[in-house]
Amino acid sequence: MDFSLSEEQSMIKRVVREFVKREVAPTAAQRDRTGEFPRDALRGLGELGLLALPFPQEWGGAGDTVAYAVVVEELARACASTAISYAAHVALGCGSLFLFGTVEQKERWLRPCLRAEYLAAFALTEPNAGSDAAATQTTARLLGGEWVINGTKCFITNGSVADVILITARTEEGISCFIIPRDAPGLSIGSQYDKLGLTASDTAELVFEDCRVPARNLLGEPGKGFRQFLTVLDSGRIGIAALSVGIARACLEDSLRYTQQRKQFGKPLWDFQATKFKLADMAVDVELARLMTYKAAWLKDQGRPFTKEAAMAKLFASEAAMRAAVEAVQLHGGYGYIKEYPVERYFRDAKLMEIGEGTSEIQRLVIARELERGL
Amino acid sequence: MEIVVCVKQVPDTETRIKIDPAGKGIVREGIEYVVNPYDEFAIEEALVLKEKHGGKVTVITAGPDRAVDALRTALAMGADEAIHIQASQEDAVDSIGAAEVMARALKEIPFDIILCGKQAVDDDNAAFAPALAEFLGLPHVTVVTGLEVDPEAGEAQVVREIEGAQEHITTSLPAVIAAQKGLNEPRYPALRGIMQAKRKKIPVSTLADLGLEGETLPARTEVLSMMPPPPREGGEKYEGEPEETVARLIKALQAEKLV
Repeated sequence: MDFSLSEEQSMIKRVVREFVKREVAPTAAQRDRTGEFPRDALRGLGELGLLALPFPQEWGGAGDTVAYAVVVEELARACASTAISYAAHVALGCGSLFLFGTVEQKERWLRPCLRAEYLAAFALTEPNAGSDAAATQTTARLLGGEWVINGTKCFITNGSVADVILITARTEEGISCFIIPRDAPGLSIGSQYDKLGLTASDTAELVFEDCRVPARNLLGEPGKGFRQFLTVLDSGRIGIAALSVGIARACLEDSLRYTQQRKQFGKPLWDFQATKFKLADMAVDVELARLMTYKAAWLKDQGRPFTKEAAMAKLFASEAAMRAAVEAVQLHGGYGYIKEYPVERYFRDAKLMEIGEGTSEIQRLVIARELERGL
Repeated sequence: MEIVVCVKQVPDTETRIKIDPAGKGIVREGIEYVVNPYDEFAIEEALVLKEKHGGKVTVITAGPDRAVDALRTALAMGADEAIHIQASQEDAVDSIGAAEVMARALKEIPFDIILCGKQAVDDDNAAFAPALAEFLGLPHVTVVTGLEVDPEAGEAQVVREIEGAQEHITTSLPAVIAAQKGLNEPRYPALRGIMQAKRKKIPVSTLADLGLEGETLPARTEVLSMMPPPPREGGEKYEGEPEETVARLIKALQAEKLV
């Protein structure tokens, strides 16, 4: 057993840390205020080849999901909006195309996505099909060599900035997946949601009204769309877990610094045992969340089953991030409640981790289902 | 063009340095190491020269096993080859020794220009480049913020920073050029470079291979003691009406000969 990062993983970590320090961290608070999408950062990550990271070398990547988790954590340490835009593009968008695309589809759509020429989104959730994704109501009918799609998708990360959107829709065979170009006739993009946190992440509603795409835009096998999307979501959860680790670490590091500096009753807050207990618990949470995230990523890279472990990592890490955010605000007191300090942003951003890509309740159901399988 | 870059691995600039109990060096445990930031400007400039004039970039370092990470970083940025001179350098602050070793190694390989950082951010000696040039019998220019090379003429136009002005210098090549911040913006190593760097073989030579004795860089100096800077004392606070406090402040500044 070896818990250390490889030489390349360490180098990727150093590079992304430097990138984050120069290109992401200085503008994070401003992005949170204005909601400006982090397009430059994604382009920069594309130039570094980091959009291809979890994919094999023939796609310019390293086939390294552990390194991908390292990158997501580093991004989220500074700006969770940037991290989720990256994770949604790479794991969900590019991941769907990589896993289920034909050679032609990959050349047409995946290749430009990996170079950051295209952004990708993954659209599963509907107004009446959230956690119950099998209740998908969007339909696709084959008419005159074209798929005609009708329905609505909601809460879609990268929805309005994406050049290519992967969706699920009902066909005769069951649920199937489709590749929808941004400019497909009949696709309209609703207004941006006014969110609690992750304000610079793009979240949109997509409306399909007799939206037409060529027959060749079917992704994967007809009727297997639901199973395909579950597979993609397993990888996606590693991303949310890593994002949570990044947010939790931000809470820990900021609270450590603040409690050393802030004096009350004639001594730094750090000197009170109650403070030390909170920070020790936070440090344990960060460490355990990261270990489980790396384990799920490692299993995936080994080609072994990782559904249960990805759900465990996502569940534990997201709840750890929320706990850390609550305590970080508490430790900062009144300063934690105002926007002068970033912990209130961590607090707002952390909550989505317990909701997106399957709520904590759904993660528990996924874990229980896997337990049942082993009986 | 044969371009050589001398690099040094130094503690990460964000490391909190602690003095070891013996008081002659720093605690090395738990330190993360990086390429000396000024050397990054030198690597970037070497890559720019190669892109412009063609040729090959070779990076070289003298240091312990871990120093190979600095070479891998340079390879990942785009350098072609790397040479590792195995040498313990713990707490050696003697740049002359490092230059002597490097000069011996460079006698074995061809070069048209040698680049390095103007100083290492750990010991801040800024003596390596001039010493290396002296050992090799070459001209050198330090604190360089601009470089134009004419390989045909065997010349380089160099801009160097001096107090309140810039110096424009023409030097013959080969020469030793020591980079200052502002020379360029170093690129990040991209994933492709990182993956390629992993596959490159890095030849290692020992000090004995270079005809030197011992395992430590030859030193002409000895560290007698190392201590942290004295803690900052609290400032003085003047309270009262502005007319009175400003007068006191001016008096204090005059007493310190600051105004």
